[in-house]
This record gives sequence, C-alpha cells and structure tokens, in this order.
Amino acid sequence: MSAAEVTAVPEGRGGRMNRAQIVNAALALGLLGFGLVAWAMGETFLVTLATKVAILAIAGAGLNLVLGFGGLVSFGHAAYFGLGGYSAGILAHHALNYTPMFEWPFLFEGTTSMPVIWITAMVIGALAAALIGALSLRTTGVYFIMITLAFGQMIFYFAISWPAYGGEDGLPIYVRNGFPGLNTLDPVQFFGLTCAVLFAVLGLIAMLAHSRFGLALQAARQNRQRLMAVGIRPGGVLLVAFVISGAITALAGALYADLNRFVSPSMLSWHLSGELLVFLILGGTGRLFAPLAGAGLYITLEHLLGGVSDHWQFFFGLLLLGVVLFARGGVIGFLAGGKRHG
Amino acid sequence: MSMILLIEQLLNGLQSGLMLFLMAAGLTLVFGVMGLINLAHGSLYMVGAFACAGVAAATGSFWLGLAASIAAAAAAGAIVEVAVIRRLYRRDHLDQVLATFALILIFSEGTRWLYGSFPLYLNVPEALSGSVTLPGGIRYSLFRLAIIGAGLAVAVGLFLLIGKTRIGVQVRAGEADREMIAALGVDIRRLYTLVFALGAALAGMAGALVGTIQSVQVGMGEPVLILAFVVIVIGGIGSIKGALIGALLVGLTDTMGRVLLPSVFELFMETSAATSVGAALASMAIYILMALVLIVKPGGLFGARA
Amino acid sequence: MADPILDIRGLSKSFGALKATDDVSLDLRPGEIHALIGPNGAGKSTLIKQISGEIAPDAGEVVLRGRSLAGIDAAGRARMGMARSFQVSSVAPEFTVLQNVVLAAQGASGATFRFFRPVMRDAGLLQTARDCIAQAGLSGREAVPAAELAHGERRKLEIAMALALKPALFLLDEPMAGMGTEGATALGDLLDALRHRAPILLVEHDMDAVFRLSDRVSVLVYGRVIATGTPDEIRTDREVQRVYLGEEA
Repeated sequence: MSAAEVTAVPEGRGGRMNRAQIVNAALALGLLGFGLVAWAMGETFLVTLATKVAILAIAGAGLNLVLGFGGLVSFGHAAYFGLGGYSAGILAHHALNYTPMFEWPFLFEGTTSMPVIWITAMVIGALAAALIGALSLRTTGVYFIMITLAFGQMIFYFAISWPAYGGEDGLPIYVRNGFPGLNTLDPVQFFGLTCAVLFAVLGLIAMLAHSRFGLALQAARQNRQRLMAVGIRPGGVLLVAFVISGAITALAGALYADLNRFVSPSMLSWHLSGELLVFLILGGTGRLFAPLAGAGLYITLEHLLGGVSDHWQFFFGLLLLGVVLFARGGVIGFLAGGKRHG
Repeated sequence: MSMILLIEQLLNGLQSGLMLFLMAAGLTLVFGVMGLINLAHGSLYMVGAFACAGVAAATGSFWLGLAASIAAAAAAGAIVEVAVIRRLYRRDHLDQVLATFALILIFSEGTRWLYGSFPLYLNVPEALSGSVTLPGGIRYSLFRLAIIGAGLAVAVGLFLLIGKTRIGVQVRAGEADREMIAALGVDIRRLYTLVFALGAALAGMAGALVGTIQSVQVGMGEPVLILAFVVIVIGGIGSIKGALIGALLVGLTDTMGRVLLPSVFELFMETSAATSVGAALASMAIYILMALVLIVKPGGLFGARA
Repeated sequence: MADPILDIRGLSKSFGALKATDDVSLDLRPGEIHALIGPNGAGKSTLIKQISGEIAPDAGEVVLRGRSLAGIDAAGRARMGMARSFQVSSVAPEFTVLQNVVLAAQGASGATFRFFRPVMRDAGLLQTARDCIAQAGLSGREAVPAAELAHGERRKLEIAMALALKPALFLLDEPMAGMGTEGATALGDLLDALRHRAPILLVEHDMDAVFRLSDRVSVLVYGRVIATGTPDEIRTDREVQRVYLGEEA
C-alpha cells in the first residue's frame, strides 16, 4: 500500500477493490490456504513452515510501521524480536521449573499462558524501543542506521554473556505455552492462532496509517521540515511509531519462541535485523502486505534453494542484489503496479 | 590486580583500538567522500585474512601472506566498487544497506564454499614470535607490539596522505563539494574507486593481522564491522581524527571493561555473581559509551553534522 | 497606530566571525505587507529562520502579539499562527493537495496523537482544507499528488497550507521565485487579498512586486537594516540607492 493508497482509500465510497487490494487478499488467502491444504494432506512440516512465515510477517509488519510509513531505517529490530522471545522463554522457564521469578513485592512464578506472555513481551519491547528510540532519534540518516544496529548488538552480547538464562546456549521451552480454548500443540491450531494475530496486526497498522497519527508519520518520512512548519514535531510522532513497532516485533518474537520451543541469542542477531529489512524490500517497501509477501518469498526460497545447495545464501545474495539494483518495487510492486515511495 | 596485568591489558586495548581504526578509517572515508554506508566492509577484512592464510600456507612466508592480504582486499574492493557500489551512490541509505547486506551473504557463503567452515590458523612469523621484556619488567608478545607499531605507522601515513598529498586534497574537496571537484578536472569515478580500494586495503591488512592472533574464519568481519560503526558514531562520520580517537576509546573501554568490571563488582558481591554481572556489563560497556556520547554530542566527537 | 502583530527587537546572530544578523529591529502591523529586501547574502534567510524558530538568535527577541517567543520551537510557533512558506517549495510530495492541507489543518488543531478515526473522513478538517484550497485558487486540484503540481501551483499549495494554520501572520520567503511574469502577477493579487487575513512579512527579489504590493519596505545589508519606510521613501533613500539599487541605477 503506497502512501497515496493508504490515505486516498477512505475518500472513495468503497465497493470495487483496486489491484493492490486484490493482491493483498490473494496473499492472505494464499497463506491460509497453504497452511490448511498442507494440514489436510498431513504435511505437518509445511504447516509449521507457514506458521513461520506468518510470525516473520508480524515481525516485519512491526518494522514496516517505522520504515515503510515513517522512513526510519532501523537496523536493530532483532532486539525487539529477541526480547519478545526471551519474555516467553523466561516466563515459561520459571513456570515449568517451579522456580519463582521473584517473590517481592508479590510471589510471581512465571506463566505458560500466551496472552500474559504476549502482553509482557509487548511491554518489554515497547520499553526497549522507547529507550533506544529516544537516543537514536536524536540523529538521522546513516547515523540512525548504525546506532540502531549497535544497540541491537548490545542486547545480543548481553544475552550471550548473562548466564542465568542459558547464555550462548539459549533456553528451551519444554512444552509450548497455552492459549485458552485452544490446543496449541496441534500445529494447525497454532497456525490459525498465528494467522489471527497477523491479520489483527495488519489491520491495526492499516488503521494507524489512515489516522491523524498516520498522516503525520507519513509526512515525517517525506519532509520533516514541513511537518515542523505546520506545528507538528516529527520527533514525538516517530518515537511513538518506534514504540508501537517495537511492541509488535516483540509479540512476533514471543510467538517465534513458542514455534521453536526454544530461545537463543540468534533471535537477537543482526542477521535477523537484516532479514527483516530484506522481507520489506522483497515485498515492496511501504506497502501494508510487504512483510507477508517478503517473508513468504524468503522462506520459500530458503526451502527450495536450500534443498538444492548448502550454499543457498550465496544465490540468495545475488538475487537480493538484483532486486535492490534493478527491481525496486518488490513483489507487490510487480504484481500490483503503481509506484512505491521512499 | 597487579600493575603488570593492568599495563598488559592497556597495551591489548591499544592494539585492538588501532586495528579497529584501520577498519573505521575506510568506512568513514567512504562515507565522507561518497556518502555510502558499506556493510560489506567486514567482508573485505575477511578477504584479507583468508588471502593471508592461503598465501602463507602455500609459500610458508607470513610476509608474502600479509602483502597478499592487502593486495587481495584492495582488488576485491576495486572490483566490488566498479561492479556494484558505483550504482549505489545516488540511492537512498536503505538501498545501500540492503545491497551491501547482499554482498555480505555472497562473500561469506562464497568463502565458506571455497574454504569450509573450519577456522584456519596463521603462524606468527619467526622474527616476531616470542615475547619481549618492556621497561618495568613487563613481558609482552612481540607480535602484538609489532601490530601496535604497524597500526601507528598506518595512522600517521593516512594523516599525511589526507593532509599533505594531491590525492588527499581531492578527497577533502570531494567531501565538501562533488560538483566542484569534477569541475576541477578530477576523474571522480577513478577517485572513488581509489578511495574505496584504499579503505579495503586497510581492512584487509587489519584482517590479516588480527587473524594471526585469533583465527581466520567466515563471519569474522561482522563483529568488527559493528564495532567500527560504534567507533564512527563516537568519532563523528567522515572524520579520520574522530575515527582514531573513537577507535582507541572503544578498544580501551572494551578491553579494560572486561578485566576491571568483574573485580569492581567483587568488592560488594560474591565472586561468581561478580564475574557474571561484570562480564555482562563489560559486554555492554562500549555501547553505553556510545549512548553517552550521543546524549552529549549527537553528531559524534568530531562530527560536522548529525 | 494599532499594536504590531510581530515585533522583532535587537535580533543578532553570528556564525563565527560573520555577523549574519546584526541588531535587527522591525515590526509587522495588522493588515500590512512588509517587504524585506536586500542583496544576496544580506542575511534575509537567516533572519526568517530566527523568526520562525528554526535557529536561535544570539541576542534579542521575537514578540508575537505581545508574547515573547524565546524558548518556543518552530512547531510551537506554527501552532501560534506563524505560517511560513519556504524559499524552495516545501510540501509532502507524495501526498495529494488535499492531504497536504489536511495535514496543516491537523497541525493547527493541535491533535495529532489520535490513532483510530480515519483522518481523511474528518469532516471538520476536510471543510477547513477545502476552504483554504479554494482561497489559494487550487480548487479542482485536490486529488493531484503534490509532486505532479506545476511550480506555481506548489506555491499556491504552500499558501493554502499557511491559511489552514489559522495564521496570525505570514512569513513568505521568496514566493515569486522561479515564476513567470503572469504567475507572479496572479500570486501578487492573491497576496494582496491575503493581507486582510493576516499581515505578511515578505522576502522577495522581484522588485516590481515589492513596490507594487508593500505598505512598508525594510532594506537589509550585511545583516543590518539600513532603512525602513514606504516604497516611495525607500526609492528615494540615498543610502539605499548607493548600496543596493545602485547596482542597477
């Protein structure tokens, strides 16, 4: 969804879908359909793969809010993803080992309830994003990229050197956490839950993009000077977007930890930050469904190329280089036409 | 903690700071002159290390290996500049980040393909093996001392190159105004390739020297790249002087933090807890340093702009 | 005489050894167009930026409707009705004309942190925006992305955005720059009408326009105001002729 699309849509009277909306619907149905068909055919592994796509798409959607709409190139979003993962891992660790997490001011024994874990993950992600964002947003451009990368790395090294929760070896979650009314151990039920979260997040971002806040956020990407001149401080708008973004990406991290039943510092690694950026450019920067299209394409390529060569990343690197240099609209730009921004 | 250990660690900090400077100098030059953020700089560091390991193993001479590391990294830099980087100067930072991220994937996976995943080890050259006794009775590795010397020599050379030579004038003019320098009749494409290759050569040399102390393996350039970013943020983008000061600060903070923080915490904690808290905090020390600099001077210590 | 809307008192700003603004005092009264002229490098843009709050002066103060603006940033001043246009047109290029003006109306409303209702269905903001677009003479162009506007239209869009800020005054930095004679005349007529909405501090190189439109003119040379007066007084001022008009006379 390009900027003009995002804000122009509500002016219309609805009814006919435009091409981008058709592509978006096809992407959503494609993910659901793939997961359900795989389940019907008993291909549990493929259901898990589709779940992974949905989770990475949520993480990418968080990044898309600041990058696609706000124009901030954050190269440290693995930090929030990993913090979300560790929130899930640590809460479950205490609950499963019967070791209270803290006893003061009240006894807290950890939890294996997904809703509680999700809220915790989002709060932690939001707090970290508020701190990192407040410092990083003092700068712009290439400084911002380097600083977000550096702070992400700081949390990565902290996780490695802090021995209490597994350090370098990571932390297992012996039993996938539960959600009221669902059997999360059943792959298709967990897949459905994940898709529900994904579509809720995409809906939230669409709503934000259309709101007063979204208008200011998209203006901050295009022209900060002009935003100041109409009486709106870009710093506050961008920081709020950064905090929401951190919370969303942390939520994805909590889900990812439950998918793998394992958390490790690799969730915090800068490669992951890079991959999240890659999803967005593969999908088509600034479009609402870019993270889903990009994550889907990435996982598909990993699966297909990875089957052919151990060195699939070599070929993926060449492909990515080609996309950046010659095909800047990404998948959705290719399918839906129209120009992208940024 | 003994005085001798402290001085030894100071020297280690100085050594790692100077190697960081070799990395950061190239990055900051490329950003200052061409306005490009290059993530693949760490790959050039790795290319240098592998070239050194390969040639040293084949010829038995570390010195030939070192020369090869500089030549190979410069050549790789020039090729990459002409084939890819050149197309990115006019692009936004996001495209630069993604394209150079793609280059990392290509370099890392390509190297793994050729050499496998196992680390290679380099032998310290005969003439520089063993240790020397410094004034005060401190025994210190001769090779590390030589690296400090080499780092200082390159730093001086670089300042002379930028400050006193024709190329330096062109580089400084290029930072100020691209149109003007083109109007002066300088072949700007060649200048850019040259600057990029120079930065690559410095990275390759650092890779070979550090690879000799540690090990040579795929992915070795990435932690160094990120440290070099921290250095540049602290020192100010585009400033060679900032890169030097920032690199020394980061090298010393990192090394001294790892040694000192656990013993500081031992003063009021039991030993095992102090070790883990100290180690965890030490791993964050340079980033805390970076945050402090950002709060006081968002443009870096010697930066012209934020 | 009515109290001035804008009162600039002893404003000074140096960059190193260069005195860009040197003890400048001037005021802007209700209903007038006060032009600020001077050769290139006289410090006009630096002065405008100090008034708008983009850079802080070393000394002196800017007073809006009797209230000192010290410590208030550009966004705060914009919300107090300081409506600014830029030397190089500055709009959100991917937004349509309507979106740009709605953004300005939203800024004036002071309520940006609203996350739920679609802004482009906000009847109040849309009404304000459409009115301002009509007053700036851009009716019918609402749905065009700003990047696709002609140069003169983009100037009008900036005016529409300024109007949406419920302006106490306009700070217009070379609005005629780069326009043909016809466009400049049309824009001049628009400014002539605007002065009754709010007074205009006009930085302009187009001398025909300045002398046709202005009630008063101040001449800035090397950061100092060397003369202030009616267009006729300025035309006949010896010093102005010598240092400024002299190059053409």
